[in-house]
Amino acid sequence: MISLWRDMNRRGQVVLVVAVLAMLLAPVVATRYLLSVLTLILYFVYVGQAWNLMMGYAGQLSLGHALYVGLGGYVAAGLWVHFGIGPWLGVIPAVAIAAAFGAFIGWLAFRFGIEGVYFSLLTIAFAEFTRIGFDHIGPLGGAGGLFIPYQESRLGEWWNLRGGQLFFYYLAFVLAGAAVLLTAWLARSRLGHQWMAIREDETAARALGIDVFRAKMKAVLISSAMTAVGGVFYAFYYNNLFPAQVFEMSRSIELILGPIVGGLGTVFGPVIGAFVLTPLGELLIAVTDKAGLNAPGAKAIFFGLVLMIIIYLVPGGVWPWLSRRLGLVRRRS
Amino acid sequence: MTALLQVSGVGKRFRGLVAVDRVSFTVAAGEIFAVIGPNGAGKTTLFNMIAGVLKPNQGSIAFRGERIDGLTPDAVCRRGVARTFQIVRPFPALTVEDNVVIGALLHRTDMEAARRHARDVLATLDLHDKRDIVASSLTLPDRKRLELARALATDPKLLLLDEVMAGLRPTETDRMVDILRRINREMGTTILLIEHVMRAVMALAGHMLVLHHGAPIAQGKPEEVVRDAKVISSYLGAEAAP
Ligand SMILES: Nc1ncnc2c1ncn2[C@@H]1O[C@H](COP(=O)(O)OP(=O)(O)O)[C@@H](O)[C@H]1O
Ligand SMILES: [Mg+2]
Repeated sequence: MISLWRDMNRRGQVVLVVAVLAMLLAPVVATRYLLSVLTLILYFVYVGQAWNLMMGYAGQLSLGHALYVGLGGYVAAGLWVHFGIGPWLGVIPAVAIAAAFGAFIGWLAFRFGIEGVYFSLLTIAFAEFTRIGFDHIGPLGGAGGLFIPYQESRLGEWWNLRGGQLFFYYLAFVLAGAAVLLTAWLARSRLGHQWMAIREDETAARALGIDVFRAKMKAVLISSAMTAVGGVFYAFYYNNLFPAQVFEMSRSIELILGPIVGGLGTVFGPVIGAFVLTPLGELLIAVTDKAGLNAPGAKAIFFGLVLMIIIYLVPGGVWPWLSRRLGLVRRRS
Repeated sequence: MTALLQVSGVGKRFRGLVAVDRVSFTVAAGEIFAVIGPNGAGKTTLFNMIAGVLKPNQGSIAFRGERIDGLTPDAVCRRGVARTFQIVRPFPALTVEDNVVIGALLHRTDMEAARRHARDVLATLDLHDKRDIVASSLTLPDRKRLELARALATDPKLLLLDEVMAGLRPTETDRMVDILRRINREMGTTILLIEHVMRAVMALAGHMLVLHHGAPIAQGKPEEVVRDAKVISSYLGAEAAP
């Protein structure tokens, strides 16, 4: 974490401090709508960072991360709705179950040499199977969805995540900040270097004594566990979960666009990516609503176009380009 | 001298093809041992069996008295055998220093210690000035030295070098010979090398083995081996005739 700070030059440090202060003070001036957009951005910073650890650093392309969001959300929401177990406690089994799924997928793939696109297919398959499975779990609402009921008496019980918009904004801020710090720390760690070695060349990594299986398992475990926490947030923020929505492949894609656009395998890539893409998405919704044309898939096409343009203009992602242009990182001597 | 590596009757077949045919030799601790032979003689296959990439069909390999054949490559490396690849495999997007740090992290958990060790190794290999460059933008001679640096950073007892001089100009070859001699003498690292450049082999090796179609045809001190009639006709004939 200290190294994250040390790697930035004076200008980078100033920009970071100003950005963090602006985010902290945003609720003073922001409208409720703007605050909800900022909350969404921070949510995508958080889950994008979780995915970035696995893909950007360890080089394992998961296209089914919605699985962990959904599992985390459903477990915590189910425990709350049926047993009154609060999410601070519920997050533990939520994380455990999502990590168990992650571990199983990882074990299956890494033990039996399912690599590259086949690994990605496996992650999609698991998310899809789980979606179909959840359609039939009665106690969790099945295909009809699980709702966290609105209870007047519980309003303001922020310790049960029953707070308002302001509360969720700061919660998302803490989550996103923690994810950034964790990534910065991991990127500098022994494990982080093992991941990067595997990402770059698995054969060479193995020849240098790296237990590739173990390192990859750690990547899936950490990533799935982190993502599940995002799922708990999601469930209690939106108060409803539908299998067809949370486990949808498009949700997995949505979550990975930020890091890709922002810069894979960088600490700030997922941050910049979320700040670029989420407002763009909101803007498109506003524009199409105003124009009265609500063509299905319009948003997807728009996102696709933006993605193509950005990848064409800055192939390494926005962050590496931006930090170089603005001179935010220290040139290593 | 004690045997560091003992290869006993090792063989490898690829479908019908016998790539390595019952090869035996012993590498003593502290020496430089060379394996030569024409292209396709089975040298790389032999290395891959020692390094754990391939499992021999027959025979056994012992390192410091323990069998290592059949272990995974990472397990072999953790026991103290590091290798380079004939076709170099740097981690392209990482800096030269980070490439070497990854090697140094094998027996170090502290990042600062690993970085210090990596810098020492880079200094030994004249790569210190290039430590912040990404590996993909290095020239071939630099890549070859990076490959060596990374392996060396794992603190191996035995270094397996697969044609580290191939493609180098004579001055660069001399530089590499010099580096290898220094590694051997100053760090006490035992070296097993595959080499085509006879000049380098003669300058470095204490013992050598000649492979031909997978089979050992001569073994001994370099000056004895180069006088061997079989070796001259099968391998050195064209290249080494003055
Ligand atoms: N993985 C493999 N599958 C099939 N044949 C191989 C394989 N690796 C090497 N060979 C064959 O084994 C023989 C020895 O190859 P190699 O060990 O690379 O020779 P050298 O390194 O001495 O040039 C060659 O005929 C080569 O084509
Ligand atoms: Mg070869």
